[in-house]
Amino acid sequence: MPGLEHYLILSGLLFCIGLAGAVIKRSAIVILMCIEIMLTGVNIAMVAFSRFITPVELTGQIFTVFIIVVAAAEIAIGLAIILALYRNRNTIDTQKIDLLKW
Amino acid sequence: MQIAFWILAVLAVVSAAGVIWQKNLFRAALLLVLCFLAVAGIFVTLSADFLAAVQLIINVGAVAILIIMSIMLTREVTSGNPSGKLGLPALAATGVLAFSIIITSVSSYWPLSSSSPLEPTTAALANLLFENDGFIFLIQLGAILLLTTIIGAIVLLRKED
Amino acid sequence: MNDIAEIVFWMIPGLPLAAFVIVFIGLRVLRVNDWLGALLSIIATTASFALSVWLGIRLLIQPQTRLIEGFSWFSAGTGMNVDVGLLVNPLTVIMLVVVSTISLMVQIYSVGYMRRDGGINRYFSFISLFTFAMLSLVMSNNLLIMFMSWEMVGLCSYLLIGFWFHRPEAAKAAKKAFFITRIGDFGFLAALLILFNATGTFDIEGIHQAAAAGIVSATAITWAALGIFFGAVGKSAQFPLHTWLPDAMEGPTPVSALIHAATMVAAGVFLVARMYPLFEQSESALTVVAVVGGITALLAATIALVMWDIKKVLAYSTISQLGYMMLGIGLGGVWVGIFHLFTHAFFKALLFMGAGSVSHSTHTFDMREMGGLGRKMPITCITFVAGALSLSGLWPLAGFFSKEEILGSALESQLILFGIVLATVFLTAFYMFRVVFLTFGGKYKGKGKPHESPLVMLAPMLIMAVLAISAGWLNADGTIGSLLGEESNHSWTTGIFGVFTHSLTWVSLLLAAAGIMLAWAMYSKNWFSPKKVSSRFTSVNSLLLHKYWFDELYENIIGSRLLNNGLFRFFEIADERIIDGAVNGLASLTNYTGSMARRVQNGKLQNYLLIFITGVAIIALVAIIIN
Repeated sequence: MPGLEHYLILSGLLFCIGLAGAVIKRSAIVILMCIEIMLTGVNIAMVAFSRFITPVELTGQIFTVFIIVVAAAEIAIGLAIILALYRNRNTIDTQKIDLLKW
Repeated sequence: MQIAFWILAVLAVVSAAGVIWQKNLFRAALLLVLCFLAVAGIFVTLSADFLAAVQLIINVGAVAILIIMSIMLTREVTSGNPSGKLGLPALAATGVLAFSIIITSVSSYWPLSSSSPLEPTTAALANLLFENDGFIFLIQLGAILLLTTIIGAIVLLRKED
Repeated sequence: MNDIAEIVFWMIPGLPLAAFVIVFIGLRVLRVNDWLGALLSIIATTASFALSVWLGIRLLIQPQTRLIEGFSWFSAGTGMNVDVGLLVNPLTVIMLVVVSTISLMVQIYSVGYMRRDGGINRYFSFISLFTFAMLSLVMSNNLLIMFMSWEMVGLCSYLLIGFWFHRPEAAKAAKKAFFITRIGDFGFLAALLILFNATGTFDIEGIHQAAAAGIVSATAITWAALGIFFGAVGKSAQFPLHTWLPDAMEGPTPVSALIHAATMVAAGVFLVARMYPLFEQSESALTVVAVVGGITALLAATIALVMWDIKKVLAYSTISQLGYMMLGIGLGGVWVGIFHLFTHAFFKALLFMGAGSVSHSTHTFDMREMGGLGRKMPITCITFVAGALSLSGLWPLAGFFSKEEILGSALESQLILFGIVLATVFLTAFYMFRVVFLTFGGKYKGKGKPHESPLVMLAPMLIMAVLAISAGWLNADGTIGSLLGEESNHSWTTGIFGVFTHSLTWVSLLLAAAGIMLAWAMYSKNWFSPKKVSSRFTSVNSLLLHKYWFDELYENIIGSRLLNNGLFRFFEIADERIIDGAVNGLASLTNYTGSMARRVQNGKLQNYLLIFITGVAIIALVAIIIN
């Protein structure tokens, strides 16, 4: 039976991979995907805490439910923004979208 | 159980890394689906059967489909999955972060509970979520959030007259 | 005078002020007939004049000093209370009579002189303002109010010199007068502050009492007196600040008669007389007054010898006579100077009116284009000659008596100054009759047909001529002297005829007569030509023609070199390099760091995210290391 630490390390690795991807990748869609990976990593940590520290109360799982709901909303809006952006500027390359400055 | 965890964990990490590595954008999206599937399995090993189902339905079902659809809509497949110039510093920073997370989770003291988990969880979760003194208010907020999201997405993508 | 209602005193300066307000604001805005302003102004001045003369008569009956408390203007902190009040003593009343008489005469004269000019309302409103300012200067019991009036007469002088502001010379002369008198005002202001610092009051009587009681240190008194005198030097065009007055002749001639001959320029003399108790405490200040007066008297008289512009001659004559007054105050006391001020006001205003009358018909001030006007303008000629004789100091005209007093007091105290005064007597007679012979004698050399001036101009001139002849007799029995604190009781006849028992009288009369004869010989009979004389003494001639190079000294050396290219240039550089440099340096440093730092904010969200992650990673690492 793997312990809490294993799940936390898995969660941390997923989170950091997602984070690295969000910084590195140029395509806005891939960045959104990476954010999903990060959220998933967080979900694992939540469920793991719920399982090992409060196995009966299930509060961690409740958190996860809400995180999934918010993530779904986020991905819908995020993709809508990306599509709108693509429609206006014909690109979703984040290196070319740099109006937010000075 | 242990074997299942290790297989799923390695699968999740490798497919997540593949999302970044993979040059083909469409395959990257499929790897993301694989990652979600693996995480659903992880949920099962944590005896969160309901969450595993939610993960399958929402993330693997809805989110992945949305992403693949938008990849097609933006014709991003043709330009592949390029990386920016920030590769090395990003890897270094996230490496340090991962390292500190690992160190913290290993070295911290966790007040572990010895009682066995509830199984199945669906009825208990439903009670928690929909009871009057439970999370019913947040459920309703979530409903409002999703409604707002739908309207927002429509507004954002509506063609200007 | 104690039974006179206070309102009477307030009315004397108040009426011209009211006239100014009505004419300047009301009539100019409503654009009613120009001459209504003149009428109002003259009526107000007439009332002031009548009240002043009435006060004068009351004063002759019973000399008194009347102090009117007035009202508190403002108070600041503890002990600084500024009241607006009036101090009416014999000195004040004499000045009141002089100012209101001349002002009235000049305004009537102006009706004729300015007839063809535009801006009559403006002109008369300024004259009214000037009359108000001068009267309040004379009456104020308070140095601060006096200073304000002092500045106000300066302002009126500026406005009226530049009355024809469309002429560049007039605008320039107005500026020059304003600036140069301002230098003197700085001294006055400094003295004001010294006195307030030493005595804690601006009240003139209070300052005199404090000075007499010995509360104020001798050094402070000397410096205050010198500061006040410096203010008087500026206003009364004394050496070395005399250069503005000849240029001020660019203004209308009646203005010259009123402001730059009889009243405002005499305000400096009045100021010294008003503060005389202060000067009494300081021997050195009085000496400075006398010496500066003497230098000015001689200097200006010599310049007057060679001027061709009739008004310039009169202007230098005024400077010279003002020097006389200063000398008189410095050596003989208040009454000597003020008596000369009194007589001089009448005959000099008369002379200016005469000059104005002449130019009114010939349209020039250049005496080389005049001549032979005696027959064509007989009344102008007679009055002018009367004024010239009075100025030259011929018995029994007004100028004679006042000049005798100055001569007498100079003889008693200072032989060098006495010599200067005697020389000036000769020079005065010479240059005045040079003017007379050039203008009225010989043949007419100008263009057009000169004619006698209208009655409205001649009438004031005749009145002034009477006064110029007779004003000196007022003191024949020592009246003015005793009013101003010099007790000498003798009968009229001794006063008028007794002077011949002194040898001094004969000397001065002979010198004046010699001056007149010389002028006659040179400019009427041409026994020896002025041209030959001037070519014989080329260097002296050019020195005089260039007015001792004072203008050049001030403008080219002090103004241009020393100040503009020296001190001001230094300030400019210091301002640009050091002060601006510091401020700009700070700004450009901020700018530079900003332009460096903004590169971080390049609009790419992933850069921000990376920076954010790096920060989190560093914090996490540090936290781990600490634990």
